[in-house]
Amino acid sequence: MEIVTNTIFSIFGVPAPLSPVVALVAVLCFAPVMPGAANKTKSFLTGRRGAPVLQLYFDLWKLVRKGMVYSRTTTWVFRAAPVVVLASLIAALLFLPLDGRSAPAHFTGDLVAFAALLALGRFALVLAGLDTGSSFEGMGASREVTVATFAEPALFLCLIALVLATGELTLSGMLGAPLATAWPHAAASLTLVGLSLFVLLLAENSRVPVDDPATHLELTMIHEVIVLDHSGPELALILYGSALKLALFGALVVCLFVPRPTVAPAAAIAILLVGLVLVAVAVGIVESVMARLRMTRIPQLLVGAASLATLGIILLLR
Amino acid sequence: MSSRSGFDALGLRNRRAIPLGAVPTESIDGFRETVVGAVAAGWRLVAFFGSPEDAERTRLLAILADDARGELGATSTFVHDRYPALTPDCPSAHAFEREIAEQCALLPEGHPWLKPLRRHLPDHRPVRRSEVVLDPDVYPFFRVEGEEVHEVAVGPVHASIIEPGHFRFQAHGEQVLFLEIMLGYQHRGVERLLETANPARAMLVAESIAGDTVIGHAGAHCGAIEALARSRKTPHAQAIRGIALELERMANHVGDLGAMSGDVAFQPAAAFFGRMRGECLNLLMTLSGNRFGRGLARPGGVAFDLPPTMRSEMRGRVERLRDELEPVAALLFDSASVQARLEGVGAVSPKQCLEFGFVGPVARACEVTRDVRQDHPYGIVRFAHIPVATAWAGDAHARALVRWHEVRRSLAFVLEQLAALPAGAPRASCGALHPAELVVAMQEGWRGEIAHVVLTNDQGAIRRHKVIDPSFHNWTAVALAVPGNQISDFPLCNKSFNLSYAGHDL
Repeated sequence: MEIVTNTIFSIFGVPAPLSPVVALVAVLCFAPVMPGAANKTKSFLTGRRGAPVLQLYFDLWKLVRKGMVYSRTTTWVFRAAPVVVLASLIAALLFLPLDGRSAPAHFTGDLVAFAALLALGRFALVLAGLDTGSSFEGMGASREVTVATFAEPALFLCLIALVLATGELTLSGMLGAPLATAWPHAAASLTLVGLSLFVLLLAENSRVPVDDPATHLELTMIHEVIVLDHSGPELALILYGSALKLALFGALVVCLFVPRPTVAPAAAIAILLVGLVLVAVAVGIVESVMARLRMTRIPQLLVGAASLATLGIILLLR
Repeated sequence: MSSRSGFDALGLRNRRAIPLGAVPTESIDGFRETVVGAVAAGWRLVAFFGSPEDAERTRLLAILADDARGELGATSTFVHDRYPALTPDCPSAHAFEREIAEQCALLPEGHPWLKPLRRHLPDHRPVRRSEVVLDPDVYPFFRVEGEEVHEVAVGPVHASIIEPGHFRFQAHGEQVLFLEIMLGYQHRGVERLLETANPARAMLVAESIAGDTVIGHAGAHCGAIEALARSRKTPHAQAIRGIALELERMANHVGDLGAMSGDVAFQPAAAFFGRMRGECLNLLMTLSGNRFGRGLARPGGVAFDLPPTMRSEMRGRVERLRDELEPVAALLFDSASVQARLEGVGAVSPKQCLEFGFVGPVARACEVTRDVRQDHPYGIVRFAHIPVATAWAGDAHARALVRWHEVRRSLAFVLEQLAALPAGAPRASCGALHPAELVVAMQEGWRGEIAHVVLTNDQGAIRRHKVIDPSFHNWTAVALAVPGNQISDFPLCNKSFNLSYAGHDL
C-alpha cells in the first residue's frame, strides 16, 4: 500500500506525508453535512425544527437501494451525466491544497484545468437535461448556462487576483504556503476576492438569491429542474455531487481566508471542516434574510462579483 | 334605461326573492340591447346562464348589479338552439357564454373564443334536444408560430399539493407571449347535484364547492334558501356567520401571504405566516368543530352556538394572533428584496378589470372598489361595516397589500363582534320554499363575490341553482396578466391570484 501511494506521490511530485489524501477523503466524507447545516440554520432562524443535519446521508442511503426509471427519449448521454459530474468534481478537488500545504495533484497552470473540470461537469448535466426532451429541462439548461456564462469569468478573475497576490501558477501554491505570506500586504484584495468567491458559491450551487434549492415550482428552478428525470442511485450521485460542489467552493473560501501552512496536518484538516460548517451556516443565514432575485437580475449580481475580483486585481497592480 | 324593459325596477336585492313571473321576458334582440346597454351604463354582469324552459326552449337569464346603489336587475329571453352572442359587445359575458354553450347546447353565434370551458357534456339542455355544441374532447390551443417561440405545457398534474389545471405558455426565451389556461378537471356536476339532492345533502354539496371557501359558499347557499323560505335569522346567528366568514378570509389571506413569500424564497415570512394560517384555522375549529368551518352554517342560522366562555377565550387568541401578525407583515413588506420581486409582476389594469368584471382583491388591487360587503350588504355587515381595502398598482405587490389590509380589518371586526355579540337563538326555523321565485344571494368570500342564483318551480322545488365562484370571473385575469412577464415569475403571479380550480369547474 505504502509503495503504491509513494509511487503515486512521486509521479505527482508531492512530498511523502499522506495528509493531502487524508484531507481529500475527509472532505469527500464530510460534504453531505454542508447542505444539512445550511438547512438547519435556515430552519433555526425561521422558527422551525427542520430536518436533521445528516439528512442527506439518509437520503443517499435510501436512493442507492432504489431502482431507476428512464424516460424513453433519453440516451447514454443522460446516463453518463451523473458519473461525469461526480468524476469531474473529484478531479477538481485533487487540485486544492485541502490540508493547507499542498494538493494531491498540481502542475503549472492547473487553475485552468480546475475551471475546465467544473465546466465539464456542468456541460454533462446540461446535456442530460436536454437529452430528456422536456421543455422544463430545456429551460433549466438554458438558465444554467446563462448563469455559468457570467459566473465563469468571475471565477477566472478571482484566480488571476490570487496569481498576482502570490506569484504562483498552481492552485496548490496560491492557496498554500505563499498565500500566508501574501495576506499582510494584499489583505484588501484577498478580502474582495473572498467575497466574490462567496457570491460565486451561492450562484454555482443554486442557492438563494440566485436559485431556490427548496422550491417545488419547476418554472422557477434553474439547477433542480435539470435533474428532475434522474432517479435512484443516479440521483444519489447527483445529490452527492451537489454537496461536493458546495464543499469544493466552501474549501476555496476557507483556504483563502484561513491559510494554515504551519499548523499540524490533523489540526489543519479539522480547521477546514469547521470552516466548511461556518460557510454552510453563512449560506443558511443569507437564505433566511432575503428573497430570491428575479431571474433577469442574476447576471447583475454575478457581474458585481466579477467587479469585486477586478477591484482586487487593480489594487494589486498599483 | 328603466323605460327599456324594466329590468332594473324589480325590487331585486341581494337575498331578496322576487316572483319569477316579474322578470321581463324579451325578444333576443331586446335582451341583447338591455344587457349590453346596461353594462355600458355601468351595471355589472353578475350571472348569465340558461335554464331549460320546456322540451325545446331554454330561458337565458342575466343578473346585473348596480354596485353604487346596491341594486340588482334581471332580464331574460327564450332561445331554441342558437342566438347572437353578447361577448363581441360585452366582454364580461365571455366565460358565461362558453358555459352556456357547453351546459345548454346553445350556440352563441359570433363568439370570438368559443372553446369548451370545463369539457363536459351538456347537463342543462331541454329534454328533446340532443346535440352538442362544443365537443368536450376537442380543445384547439392558441399557438404562436416562429423559429424562436417555444411552447411550455404545465399540468394538469403539478409539483405541489395544488389542484389540477393545464397551462400552455407560448414563450420567447424567458418572456411569456401568451398563456392559455384549460380547466375542467375538477368538474363534478355541482349545479345538477344542488338541484336534485335533498336539502340536507345539498347543504353538504354547497360546503364542498371549493374546499377553502366553505363558509363563503355555505353562507351564500343558506342566504338563497332562507330568502326563498322567508326565514329570518337572529342577529346572533348573523354575527356568528360573519365571524366565521372573516376567520376564513384571514386564514386564506395569511396562508397566501406565506405562500407568496415561499415562492420568492423569503423563508422567515413563509414559515411564520404558514403557522399563523394554522392559528386562524384553529379558531374556526373552536367555532365549528372543523378547521375549514364545515357544518357551521345551516339554513336559518348556525348549527353551533358561541357561549361566553368560548367567546372570551377566542378573543384572547385573536388578540395574540394580531400582535404576532403585525411584525411578520412588516418584515415582508419592508424587505427590499421582496418588494423587488413583487412589484410590477402580473399587473391587471383597471380598464381590463371593468371590461371583464373581475372581483375581489384582484379588482380592489387596481382601484376598482368592489366589495359585496359594502355594495350589497347583508347579515351582520349591514350593522358593522368593514372598510374596503384598495391599492392602485394592480400587480402582485398590490394584491398582497390588499390582502394584508383585509386581514387587519377582519381582525378588528372579529374582535369587535366577539366583544359584543348580539343575544338571541343560534338558529331560526326554515320551512318550505316559496314557489316560482328567483333569488340572488351574494357574499364576499375571501376571493371575491360568490353568487348563488336559485329559481324555484311551481311546487316550490329548486329548478335551477346557478353557482358563480369568484374564480369563474378571475381566471381570465390570470391569462391577461401573465403575458409580458418572465415565465419564471408565473408561479408567483398565479399565487398572488390564488384562484380555485374546483370553484371554477363546479
